[in-house]
Amino acid sequence: MYAYDELDRTLINERVEEFRDQVKRRLSGELTEDEFKMLRLQNGVYLQLHAYMFRVAIPYGTLSSNQLRRLAHVARRYDRGYGHFTTRQNIQFNWIKLAELPDALADLAEVGIHAMQTSGNNTRNVTSDQWAGVAPGEIEDPRIWSELLRQYTTLHPEFSFLPRKFKFAITASAHDRAAIKIHDIGLRLHKNAQGETGFEVLVGGGLGRTPFIAKTIKPFVHGRDLLSYVEAILRVYNQYGRRDNIYKARIKILVHELGIEKFAAEVEEEWRAMDNSALTLDDAVIEEIRSRFSYPAYEKLPHMPEELKTAAHDPLFERWRRNSLFTHKVQGYAIVTLSLKPVGGPPGDATAEQMDALADLADKYSFGEIRVGHEQNLALPHVAKRDLPVLWKALDKLGLATPNVNLVSDIIACPGLDYCSLANARSIPIAQELTRRFANHDTAELIGRLHINISGCINACGHHHVGHIGILGVEKNGEEFYQITIGGRADENAELGALIGPAVPYGDVADVVEDIVEAYLALRARPDELFVDTVKRLGIEPFKERVYATR
Amino acid sequence: MTSPLEQKIRITGPSIITANRTFDGAVIYRNRAQGWSTDLSEAAIVRNADEARALLAEAVADDVGAVGPYIAPVDIKDGEEIKPGNLREYIRLKGVTIDLLTA
Repeated sequence: MYAYDELDRTLINERVEEFRDQVKRRLSGELTEDEFKMLRLQNGVYLQLHAYMFRVAIPYGTLSSNQLRRLAHVARRYDRGYGHFTTRQNIQFNWIKLAELPDALADLAEVGIHAMQTSGNNTRNVTSDQWAGVAPGEIEDPRIWSELLRQYTTLHPEFSFLPRKFKFAITASAHDRAAIKIHDIGLRLHKNAQGETGFEVLVGGGLGRTPFIAKTIKPFVHGRDLLSYVEAILRVYNQYGRRDNIYKARIKILVHELGIEKFAAEVEEEWRAMDNSALTLDDAVIEEIRSRFSYPAYEKLPHMPEELKTAAHDPLFERWRRNSLFTHKVQGYAIVTLSLKPVGGPPGDATAEQMDALADLADKYSFGEIRVGHEQNLALPHVAKRDLPVLWKALDKLGLATPNVNLVSDIIACPGLDYCSLANARSIPIAQELTRRFANHDTAELIGRLHINISGCINACGHHHVGHIGILGVEKNGEEFYQITIGGRADENAELGALIGPAVPYGDVADVVEDIVEAYLALRARPDELFVDTVKRLGIEPFKERVYATR
Repeated sequence: MTSPLEQKIRITGPSIITANRTFDGAVIYRNRAQGWSTDLSEAAIVRNADEARALLAEAVADDVGAVGPYIAPVDIKDGEEIKPGNLREYIRLKGVTIDLLTA
């Protein structure tokens, strides 16, 4: 966990009081909606179909148990008893009253949580690998650099009014769990030939109306130069990014139109002009940030404790263990992913009761720490393996032990037309129906790793372009239709999926997905050939044929 | 951003003016008494562009009470209650179409 200092606490508290005054003036009519809109957006407040929506940042996906309890409190006190974890390590509350928002923010500020820059044309919440600091083989904890970026970008006067929103993601592992290639700036920590730590810098990734996979702009930027190099990129974007057309305002369009070589040259020139700038990080600054992260005092534990050997006789426990546990860097410990995708449930939602109970379990079994991943699941990052059987039973009682992590029913979905004012079609009912179709865990395990992503509009909050199966809601003559893509992926080999044919009506989507999955089972070369690899090998034609031959 | 009053108004059937209430975001409808109601049955009905423009202007003028007023279609059949004219408005009126974990 990162401990905020006095400056952080003062900043957050002052921001709450500033927003309280802005809300007061809006409600009295002193501020018009046109004047107020940008202010509320910079504090994470949207207006959706039914109510205001409040988006709260969970920087680099790390939460303490006390922070999770406070999120539960906000859900219960100011909302309707639940929250929705998003694809960018935020949580959203869907029924907040504007008049009560300052109080909710003040309650969150007491535990170091804020909503600054969770919306608006500025640098958004810095996201990272939800297993940061515990993943084996990691170069180093990417949250140290994420926190540096968070501090640098928060309320940065030069970058608070960019042409459009701007998102960072950082990974320090070979396997990318942070989806860095679909971010405006993706950073991959690695070491150069001299053994120095630095970053591969990727620019121009993003989904939405015009999707692009990010391109490498510089293979290695030394850690001490991270902020100056990032500032050079932001300056070039701020200068040349289009403000005349919202659909062409993201950095991905600038990179595409200039070409990556020209864009890189512009950044290099800007960066060289900043040589020896005040942004060059000395070791003391990095160490100061590093020192404010606390790490658990792990015990020396056996790799395979007796409790685990005994529990292995229970097939239900074993199924959960196979699909929820991941290797920890410390022997005797495990990373436990908690599925927020119960059969028939809205993906990513958690009730206040679940959050409170999970906070207690985190205190008991995970050194008081919880993680949030972009797949809309949670994780307990430091669980002693001896505790797994008792933890599993507790999670099962809470509805947090669905054994489907990374399987076909572990669906990523945006809120869609049930909540969102931008959506054209519903996402959640499609996801719910698919989880029912694939509710049989034996079948799901037979299918293997398969990511379905659903977005209710072209803005792509459900990351449908990079789903192994992507589902995009569109509207045709007042009816909901869905375009289906296959072959996308969001990891280190990120690719955009390919459209398989005409959009299908709402009632056909689950049948189409079943057809695609059946085709895959018949076509895969081996039982362990993943769906996405079969699509890569064969292309979309056999799947297209299967789906449209009878439609 | 273009004001709703500057946008071209084209309506093909009975319509209402809807918005969200400023203090809590609740869905509201412009009523016949120059106020707002959460009850669709109390909404003022407009049937042509001139009527719609006039009612919208009245709604936009209340910037303190309502956010983002716009014209939305409704279905009206003799002897039946007013119904939303599309799925979006149906969801705004009736709420989410899904089972919630808290249900």
